[in-house]
Amino acid sequence: MHKPSLPHDSAALHVAGTARYVDDLPEPGDLLHLAFGQGSEAHARIVAMDLDAVRAVPGVVAVYTAADIPGENDVSPLADDDRLLADGVVTYVGQPVFLVAATSREAARRAARMGRIDYEPLPALLTIDAARAAGSQIEPVQRMARGDADAALGAAAHRLAGGFAMGGQDHFYLEGQVALATPGEQGQVHVLSSTQHPSEVQHLIAQVLDVSSADVTVEVRRMGGAFGGKETQAAAFAAAAALVATTTGRPAKFRCDRDDDMVMTGKRHDFAVKWDVGFDDAGRIGGLRLTLSSRCGATVDLSPGINDRAMFHSDNCYFLPDVEIVSERWRTNTVSATAFRGFGGPQGMLAIERVMDAIAAHLGLDPLDVRVANLYGPGRDVTPYGMTVADNIAPDLIARLRADARYDERRAAIDAFNADSPVLKRGIALTPVKFGISFTVTHLNQAGALVHLYADGSIQVNHGGTEMGQGLYVKVAQVVADVFALPVEAIRITATRTDKVPNTSATAASSGADLNGMAAHNAAVTIRERVTAFLARTYGCDEGAVAFTPAGVVVGGETIPFGTVARKAHLGRVSLSATGFYATPHILYDRAAHKGRPFYYFAYGAAVSEVVIDTLTGEQRVLAVDILHDVGRSLNPAIDLGQIEGAFVQGQGWLTTEELVFDDAGRLLTHSPATYKIPTASDRPARLTIALWDGGNVEPTINRSKAVGEPPFMLALSVFSALSAAVAATNPAARAPVPLDAPATPEAILRAIGAYRAA
Amino acid sequence: MTIRFILDGELVEVADAPATATLLDHLRYRLRRTGTKEGCAEGDCGACTVLVGEADGARVAWRAVNACIQFLPMLHGKALMTVESLSGDTPLQSCMAANGSSQCGFCTPGFVMSLHGRSIGAAGCDLPVEDVIAGNLCRCTGYGPILTAGREVAPVVRDDAALATALAAIPAGASGDGWYAPATVDELAALLAAHPQARIVAGATDVALWVTKGLRDLGTVIFVGDIAELRRIEESEAGLTIGAAVRYAEAHRALAALHPDLGELVRRIGGLQVRNAATIGGNIANGSPIGDGPPALIAMDATLTLAGADGRRTIALADYFLDYGRQDRRSGEFVESIFVPRPHAGDVIHIAKLSRRFDSDISAVCGAVRLRVADGAIVAARVAFGGMAATPRRAAACEAALTGQPFAEATIARAADALAGDFTPLTDVRGSAAYRRQAAASVLWRIWHRAAGRDVSVRDVEAIGA
Repeated sequence: MHKPSLPHDSAALHVAGTARYVDDLPEPGDLLHLAFGQGSEAHARIVAMDLDAVRAVPGVVAVYTAADIPGENDVSPLADDDRLLADGVVTYVGQPVFLVAATSREAARRAARMGRIDYEPLPALLTIDAARAAGSQIEPVQRMARGDADAALGAAAHRLAGGFAMGGQDHFYLEGQVALATPGEQGQVHVLSSTQHPSEVQHLIAQVLDVSSADVTVEVRRMGGAFGGKETQAAAFAAAAALVATTTGRPAKFRCDRDDDMVMTGKRHDFAVKWDVGFDDAGRIGGLRLTLSSRCGATVDLSPGINDRAMFHSDNCYFLPDVEIVSERWRTNTVSATAFRGFGGPQGMLAIERVMDAIAAHLGLDPLDVRVANLYGPGRDVTPYGMTVADNIAPDLIARLRADARYDERRAAIDAFNADSPVLKRGIALTPVKFGISFTVTHLNQAGALVHLYADGSIQVNHGGTEMGQGLYVKVAQVVADVFALPVEAIRITATRTDKVPNTSATAASSGADLNGMAAHNAAVTIRERVTAFLARTYGCDEGAVAFTPAGVVVGGETIPFGTVARKAHLGRVSLSATGFYATPHILYDRAAHKGRPFYYFAYGAAVSEVVIDTLTGEQRVLAVDILHDVGRSLNPAIDLGQIEGAFVQGQGWLTTEELVFDDAGRLLTHSPATYKIPTASDRPARLTIALWDGGNVEPTINRSKAVGEPPFMLALSVFSALSAAVAATNPAARAPVPLDAPATPEAILRAIGAYRAA
Repeated sequence: MTIRFILDGELVEVADAPATATLLDHLRYRLRRTGTKEGCAEGDCGACTVLVGEADGARVAWRAVNACIQFLPMLHGKALMTVESLSGDTPLQSCMAANGSSQCGFCTPGFVMSLHGRSIGAAGCDLPVEDVIAGNLCRCTGYGPILTAGREVAPVVRDDAALATALAAIPAGASGDGWYAPATVDELAALLAAHPQARIVAGATDVALWVTKGLRDLGTVIFVGDIAELRRIEESEAGLTIGAAVRYAEAHRALAALHPDLGELVRRIGGLQVRNAATIGGNIANGSPIGDGPPALIAMDATLTLAGADGRRTIALADYFLDYGRQDRRSGEFVESIFVPRPHAGDVIHIAKLSRRFDSDISAVCGAVRLRVADGAIVAARVAFGGMAATPRRAAACEAALTGQPFAEATIARAADALAGDFTPLTDVRGSAAYRRQAAASVLWRIWHRAAGRDVSVRDVEAIGA
């Protein structure tokens, strides 16, 4: 049912250190190195700029300001509001103000610190509250509603209100932002970029340089991690490199320092949540009003879609009969928040999971029973945005995990432990995931591929998807290999290039394999059909008598080696190169009304997490995690299991150790791994089991598989609910929502304990 | 200055590198060994992990370090192993390639080198795999396959006799371009007398960031990491004498033998690559208010011996830290050794490092309490904290509230309250003042709960039914 497990196509290169990333290529002798001069103020008008000291640093070849940009000074995905170099005003600390090109990396970085910029301060809005008070939004408040939430709240047997805050998250891709631009003839430029979105980088470079897209080629072989952080955030570095290369005629590399990267590039949105819920004695929700407020930062970036997805996932697996979801998108003078694995989904989902925990606390019920009572089911199967949940496996999946992980037995044992343990308290929680698959901007759900069959029988595959470690390339290679019944080793996967497949969407929204796998499949099938027709003609048989098998191509009883077939087809003047295209069917969304079918299907999963906290210090540990996750019929179980585990631990980091701290002047204080703490090996739960749900996608995706990149990130919400349960054990009589904010650092846990004991 | 080291059996001579060039840049941009990656350039991610070997008789003692914060002259006289030194299909590499240990692959060479070090018996190879890779960050995998690979791979026996001979043949002490590498304490004293403003560098885990991040010019540097006299650990009935250039990893076992909490504290100072470079002397000498070693050593009544051209003097470690950025180190003096008295059998000791993350983090609060209890009474108390003031220091009021009192809950409560009189902590990136006050008190309470036989650390328990 699942396809075979194969290692990542580059695994042997990774372990040998021979997989090449942008900075690993030999440096041309005349290479220029780049650095941005950064603004120091959160919001200010630039009154004067003296860059003489910058130019005086030995090795500096050129210095650029906004005035030196030949085309549009814009590197934004949507709203034309991200300046490559600040033009008269800075809107967050660290914003690029000028660009230095020098003969060494050190000279460029040293010079970049030598700029003298005089500012006239402007009011800086740093927090959600400050932006709300000033009415500073990136777009109007969005409202997704059904029925009459007010009436349902009023009529409910129980009513409870609360709120909490959750922090953002730095991507901390191990390979920082990097681009290498090489000038070509007639103003053309080739750019190696570490980006999830080569087409957008291409288009933005063309815009910045005032050339056509056809003059710009962007190439990506692999990224050293991305997680959404190289969807829009790579563009500035690539555009800067292209600008220098085309204006100096020398190759130019921008490899950003880690600390500068963390200051200058966007992160996951932090959210403040308020909720007001009405429910019955079983905890079943009648009415809900949910307000999701996010800090979008200085520019629009992808915030509309991210906040939309937060709304889309505010139901998670639960039927919300009368509901109003209000989404506020605040513009602040902080670095623009951007895409990060889950794209707003985790924030919306955490909101509703905290409501579940609160209801359970109020009623004195097991939170899992409250969750089960609220699941979608027959007659209760339409989302707040009007999409019917046609593939609802959550009830069965949860029931199986509940049994397999011995949830009820362990919960009782934990209660007994807690009754007898004054310092350490344990908690356990099972939370489910239902994640919508498709870009919610419908037109992005398309992909192209290019397959070449060479006359020696070897095959080269190219598609619009980028490889950031998620195993997209090997999955697509498997798809193409299957079309010709060849081993995957016969398929040569090549770097993603805008001159091979144009107008691609970002590799994002977990869509890489769904879209590009299908496009490559279609291209391969086109070639196979041409070859089949040729063989049928040549051998005078029906096309039905031609079969591609692992032993070779069977043509009426004769088995011909695949390479021989390719040679014959070439001599027979058959085109052995084909493009393939795929557009996801059936999806349609009316954003103005927030109604429609934004998703092709849902991916599901659930996790049980057991944690322990120290009520003296607030320290926590995740002790055991059991996961059951739905990837449909897996294209590659080994790759999928790796995605699930990695996503879970990344989600655990978001909710526990990873804290972004800004000071009162808007400066990011956690701008390095010395202060920003992603999980280490010992943070991984000592016991972590992962099982794949056995069942295909109800929709005809490639192999009936399901997307896997983002959904398992949200399995980590079980950690947060378990931590909340452990805090609740400090005052079992309280029967109140646990006032825990994310991330649950020792300090946050201790604060929650203090408040809960006083409750 | 000509820097000589041995890479894959070949002598490498570097005559034209600046003294503060990093090993990482040299590997990547001069030697074109690009398998070693830069993830952070500050020693926190491990993507640049390489193995450095030193002759130790007929063998070579290997240790994993972060190439990004090793100055190139520190390599002089050493052997070096990078990911390119391995065949690519060693059992470890084959296992990692097959079992999903890499996704994006960028951190992978660093993990390979940390785990290869473990397999060849490098420093810290006796630690659990989690600890060996605590200084390697992976953002993709969740670590599971890497841990499995680390546990499964068998030890590899190396014959380094020829390498040891070759290393011994390299003349000691590359100096020049403002970089001095004295071989003896006397040479060090003379150099420091001649260059009183010189920057003393031992492991460079702190100072290297002044260059990679601060882009600073260090001026004259005196490298003390290869002075044999400063690298001795002497154990006696009375306690441990640790030379100033002894690395944390080298002293780990001896400190853990004094008290398990001291061992656990050392385990949590940086990742293994950092402990393989950072020295205890450096951790003290730089006077950081958040250095994790000093509070514990102060609570143990450690003393510090400072030496210079005019002789040597020994002071209580607690007295060394005068104020923020100011230590009792006179011009021309250097830290020579630290003496840590062996605790009494009846001493009740607790050392707690409180940070966002357990491994490879810097503490918000680091507390150490040592109570001498006789007949149910506290006859002596030492309480010291880092992260609570401008320097690591003792909590006098808290100690007074404990001393002479019965070892009882009420005493602990009074002592915890007394901390408010000892410290006015600040709010910073690692924690708020309120959290620091509360967490500091919790260190005292832990002593009490632990004495009552209760588990007090989340690291002490396993999952239900695990």
